Amino acid sequence: MKRAMLSMAILVAGTVTATAAEIAPNDVVFNDGAVETPLTDKPGDPAAGRKVVGTKSLGNCVACHQVSEMSDVPFHGEIGPSLDGAGDRYTEAELRAIIADAKKVFPDTVMPSFYKTGPYIRPGKAFTGKAPDGPLPPLLSAQQIEDVVAYLKTLKE
Amino acid sequence: MKKRVTLKGAAAAAMATAVFAAGTSVLAEQDPTVKEMVVNGEEVMTVVADPQPGVSELDKLYDGWLFRSEETQALQMDDFENPGMIFVEQAEEMWNTVEGSEGKSCASCHGDPSSMKGVRATYPKMSPSLGKLATIEMEVNNCRENRMGAEPWKYTGGKMTAMNALITLQSRGMPVDVKVDDAVRANWEHGKELYYARTGQLELSCANCHEQHYGERIRADMLSQGQINGFPAYRLKNGKLNSVHARFKGCVRDTRAETYKPGSQAFIDLELYVATRGNGLSVTGPSVRN
Ligand code: HEC
Ligand code: HEC
Repeated sequence: MKRAMLSMAILVAGTVTATAAEIAPNDVVFNDGAVETPLTDKPGDPAAGRKVVGTKSLGNCVACHQVSEMSDVPFHGEIGPSLDGAGDRYTEAELRAIIADAKKVFPDTVMPSFYKTGPYIRPGKAFTGKAPDGPLPPLLSAQQIEDVVAYLKTLKE
Repeated sequence: MKKRVTLKGAAAAAMATAVFAAGTSVLAEQDPTVKEMVVNGEEVMTVVADPQPGVSELDKLYDGWLFRSEETQALQMDDFENPGMIFVEQAEEMWNTVEGSEGKSCASCHGDPSSMKGVRATYPKMSPSLGKLATIEMEVNNCRENRMGAEPWKYTGGKMTAMNALITLQSRGMPVDVKVDDAVRANWEHGKELYYARTGQLELSCANCHEQHYGERIRADMLSQGQINGFPAYRLKNGKLNSVHARFKGCVRDTRAETYKPGSQAFIDLELYVATRGNGLSVTGPSVRN
């Protein structure tokens, strides 16, 4: 219901593309470390999610996490736990919450909040060191979050 | 060293087989407390030290050298191999070169560069002539502008950083001993605040990487404690000497933040704070890093 109203509001504002209704970053509902409602209407694509996880300019999750299945991508970090078996340890809704805003699940974690628009201390324009031109979009789009969740669900022990 | 809880052990074990193929020697694979840094076969550096109480959450201090590969470590242990020394030689020439309206060189007032012994170990500090907290770069430009009548050097420029390396070398082996007295306490507090501020869109503080996760890999890089006792640092990556503020700028940029400017009050205060985090380690610059 809430989503329907939201997408209507967005449609009226004329900012949404034809493909999917989205929940905006500030409207995501976290409940006990879980986000039950998918952020888009379009089901997540594990292959696209895998790319987000392994690509520096996208999620760059491997900067901090090791993933055995991703041995084609060089240099995995060790700041966070290995993501092997993440699909067993967490439900889909929990994974969605961790990716959207890990600080809601692990207070004070170093893991970035990927579906959030601020407030930030000294936000910058990507890795330029310069001030941004306007409000910053979240690090990942709603669809990319769903794709990453779909990929993590495939990581079983 | 400090061991963290969580699943790290398992992850690290998996990592060992997965990505350590590059054959680098890393802190995790050896006890850092038994690793010695002896320069030119005779100068013994203190690369592990106890922190000064009340400065940080660190329970041991480690020189950034310990976190680098065996090959990179070797370069720093021999002045003939250390590429940073080429710049020191250039600075020796500049030291003796007369410049500016007053017809003076550094040597005219200071004599031999060895007169700079102890400077690097105690800076940043309150400068009587500038009347404020000063870095070595600020003192160098103070001399150039006000005592030599010469153009100031760019804060992170090649000449400035080379001169800093020459000055640093005079203190090599001395313990870092940067003081926090009433005159600079507010600067120090400000620097500390900046150190723990989670900046940029990635919301990462210096402490997130260098206090909570040193000894761990972030992508291909092994995080050190981000100590500055080894600066200026010759980086194999960019083939030049790098100054403290240039490094700070790079790290802040990597949090997807709007950086502070080298030479800004923010970075001067941050340098003071970070320097005190390393009190007790030897001055080891100019260092070699990847
Ligand atoms: C800067 C480091 C960093 C980055 C980048 C990062 N994470 Fe994390 N992540 C962590 C840490 C640290 C934890 C452990 C939580 C804590 O702080 O206690 C974690 C926890 C997790 C967990 C829970 C794992 C478990 O077994 O408990 C998942 C799942 C996860 N991250 C997925 C991701 C994904 C997917 C991305 C990219 C879209 C990502 N992370 C990016 C640092 C990071
Ligand atoms: C996203 C992680 C990250 C953050 C946040 C970060 N750094 Fe770094 N820093 C690195 C990496 C990676 C290196 C290179 C490896 C090393 O020496 O630790 C580095 C290197 C350094 C070095 C060089 C150390 C040496 O021995 O050569 C200093 C000094 C430093 N950082 C200070 C800081 C300060 C001060 C801040 C905050 C303003 C900061 N860093 C924030 C990742 C980070």
